Amino acid sequence: MTLTHNRPIADTAVATPEFEAANERQKRRRGLLLALPAYAYLVLFFAVPLGIVIVYSFATRNRFGGTDLTGWNIDSYTALGDSLVRQVLLRSITLAVITTVLCLVIAYPLAYYMATRRESVRNLMLVFVMIPFWTNFLVRNYAWYVILGTDGPLSRVTETVGIGETRLLFTQSAVVLGLVYGFLPFMILPLYASIERIDGRLLEASRDLYASGFQSFRHVLLPLSMPGVVAGSILVFIPSLGAYVTPEILGGAKTTLLGSYIVTQFLTARNLPFGAALSAVLMVIMLTATIVYFRKGGRTL
Amino acid sequence: MNLQPRTRWLLIVAAFAMLAAACGSDGESSAADGDAGAECEVGDTDGDLALFNWAEYIDPEHLEAFGDEFGIEATMTTYDSNESMLPIISAGNSGFDVIVPSDYMVGIMIDGGFLQPLNFAAIPNSTNISDDFANPSYDPEQAYSLPYQWGFTGLAVNTEVVGDDFPRSWDLVFGEGASEYAGQITLLNDPRETLGAALKSLGYSLNSTDQGELDEARDLVAAASGNLAAFNTDSSDELLTSGETVIAHVYSGDAFTQFLETDNPEIYEFFVPEEGGTRWIDNMAIPFDAPHPCTAHTFINWLLDGGQGATLSNWNYYGTPNAESIDLLDEELNEFLTSPAVLVGGLDSVESIADTGDFEINYADAFTAAKG
Amino acid sequence: MTGSITEPRGVTRRLLQANAWFVYLFFYAPIVLLVIFSFSDSRNVGVWGGFTLDWYGDFAASEPTKDALWASLQIAAVSTVVAVVLGTMAALALERFTFRGKKVFDALLYLPIIIPDVTMAVMMLLFFAEASKLFGFTKGFSTITLSHIAFSISFVSVVVRARIAGTDQRLEEAAMDLYASRWQAFRHVTLPLIMPGILGGALLALTLSLDDVVITQFVTGPGWTTLPVLVFGLIRKGVTPLINAVSVVMLVASTGLVGLSLIAQRLRSDTS
Repeated sequence: MTLTHNRPIADTAVATPEFEAANERQKRRRGLLLALPAYAYLVLFFAVPLGIVIVYSFATRNRFGGTDLTGWNIDSYTALGDSLVRQVLLRSITLAVITTVLCLVIAYPLAYYMATRRESVRNLMLVFVMIPFWTNFLVRNYAWYVILGTDGPLSRVTETVGIGETRLLFTQSAVVLGLVYGFLPFMILPLYASIERIDGRLLEASRDLYASGFQSFRHVLLPLSMPGVVAGSILVFIPSLGAYVTPEILGGAKTTLLGSYIVTQFLTARNLPFGAALSAVLMVIMLTATIVYFRKGGRTL
Repeated sequence: MNLQPRTRWLLIVAAFAMLAAACGSDGESSAADGDAGAECEVGDTDGDLALFNWAEYIDPEHLEAFGDEFGIEATMTTYDSNESMLPIISAGNSGFDVIVPSDYMVGIMIDGGFLQPLNFAAIPNSTNISDDFANPSYDPEQAYSLPYQWGFTGLAVNTEVVGDDFPRSWDLVFGEGASEYAGQITLLNDPRETLGAALKSLGYSLNSTDQGELDEARDLVAAASGNLAAFNTDSSDELLTSGETVIAHVYSGDAFTQFLETDNPEIYEFFVPEEGGTRWIDNMAIPFDAPHPCTAHTFINWLLDGGQGATLSNWNYYGTPNAESIDLLDEELNEFLTSPAVLVGGLDSVESIADTGDFEINYADAFTAAKG
Repeated sequence: MTGSITEPRGVTRRLLQANAWFVYLFFYAPIVLLVIFSFSDSRNVGVWGGFTLDWYGDFAASEPTKDALWASLQIAAVSTVVAVVLGTMAALALERFTFRGKKVFDALLYLPIIIPDVTMAVMMLLFFAEASKLFGFTKGFSTITLSHIAFSISFVSVVVRARIAGTDQRLEEAAMDLYASRWQAFRHVTLPLIMPGILGGALLALTLSLDDVVITQFVTGPGWTTLPVLVFGLIRKGVTPLINAVSVVMLVASTGLVGLSLIAQRLRSDTS
């Protein structure tokens, strides 16, 4: 987003200050017009509802699952300092980082490989990445639940190989596996989109200049694909942090993660103000991190 | 372009207008419209029926039969917990005519003004309800709700592994002996049910609002969690019959239907431990702003008919509160519902979960802390 | 295009291939299992009880399930199309132009990605409850679709932006120097260049819509149960192969939906 585009070639040819200023105004207008539909949509159907919830975070819980809009306070925000919240947060971040790194390591080579294929094959590979995800994530989680169980296929395989019975189900590894499975496409898509448009001649040129495969990856491919890496990491990290269903089903809900903690606050504890405060603070932190991260990703280009 | 700042301001003003409207109308809107029930005659309909129910709780064909009989369209939308249903109704304008909240949720919804009083003149079949279910604690004058189905929460055990000679007690999961079945026990992933079981095991009420008692229960659950395969609500019954676990904390209807699905149901046993457990009752009620209250009354009356009640139970295999339905139940269902072995501590040992007000937060936090 | 990346040789190539196979195996293992057990004559998923088509029979006989599938597909189709158009426009505006309020818009666009599901669900519920009281509409298709668009726009725009960032804008300008109209330059130069991003964004939006349970559950109205919400409810009462059968049908239906739209797109580009 910090990218400034090159000044249009057409302008430099007839560069009078008046012309340039008029041109600049016109560009701004065009940009705004282009952005306006989505802008207006998000203001109306996202920012306004979000505003309502944030207002509620300063209200008082009532036992009907709602809030009393009297006696405004910041109790919900002070309650965030609780050690329980910190524990849950730390645990969730660790898990999300592991998931993101694993996704990146698996998805990058695949996205690169896809980009080297013929166009028809590429598109097919892309569609085949997505097909499993049209089944519904709950069902996919339950499929893994069967695979990882004591009598499941995985256990059968390890038994035959001679390692003996394995039960991954209801362990942290199962949670990570489920999260990687669930969010891998979010990594593959942006990675593929950004690697695919890289000019292959740049890579060849680096090889011609006696760069090793790793060097040309490190100094050419990776920097050029950075926007994809950043976008993918964010798209994986964030839902992993808020993951709710996978830890419940595959992890047996034995530890509380952020996602289920927030659900618990909104539903089980019927504590809308605290749930709202928790979400608001989380979103501010994530938004800041995202913007900083994207700026960095942009600058290395 | 000078339109642009104006557009932006317009949006901001619109946003605040919506916000103000949202804040201003909350609270007042949830008050019920007077004390008397809707003015409806028996069998009146005033439009289509929109039922908001738990999944798999009524045969879709059964519901369709109601629509056909009264010449209306009956649709059902499903929810998966009382807690996710509550905000939808309380926000208002949900569009639903009949909902099926559990016991404690009825109490909350009455106090919140989210239910309208029933007009019993339009529900003559309400006299079919067994005395057991009349005037429950959560709706003492039985003004807002009528029971739909009921069941217990207890333990289900695989007797092939555990044998027949084990204590019918919560010690099975909270006691010393539980470590023998480490990794083969599940508890419900629900703060009130699981902490409630621990409270019962300690001899307290499962509706305790004493922080000291709750702390004890929390420590008990925390200690037991080392022996658990999982905290699981949705599939604990299947985990048991598939051999993944040997002891499961479950709802009676789930356990019972699951046993019958296996080839050897006799090896499984369900019981409510001697210290007691939960008896829950799901109820029919009409939201305060139901668009078709007369159709809603007619539906409730229709379902409380003895024959319809039996059809309902024979399909979902939960207990019926309808005295006229009992003789029409499938034999195996009836046997199970009336077996003395199920309720080890007798009817006095069971309690229904009641709302504890702000103490609900303490339950939720205690459960989070117990899991570690 | 001459600029596409050529395939590496030797060990690297074999490693890349192995990784690709591994990923697809990983992706399809549960799906294969899902399909197999949808034909199993046992109520327990994971226990093979002989071949049967009963679960599909159950599905075909169940009005609510068919209604839910149809509802899901309608909602997914509409929300994907709208989100792709709005999201792509937003991506172009942000990558190619500067305008007043850009920074705020940029931040706003990230929020739907960052927000926890349940928070968005609660806020949409409160919003639509008030809005429906003010304007007197009933909740259902409209509210679900509006919510799905609200989160999909952001995902589409992130994927499309990753694609636009760095594509050579001078190509479009060169086209205009050659007297192409702004629209022609966009249609024949920029759009094909960013198409993979748009396609990726569309697939993502479709997937998100077909997967969403929490938000849908909160903004729905009478008679509108989507398939994921239905499945969620069914799972509470026990996982049976019926759920597998439903998923397989959903898989086939959405694959068909995408297949049709790809064919339609190809036909259109052939005739133009």
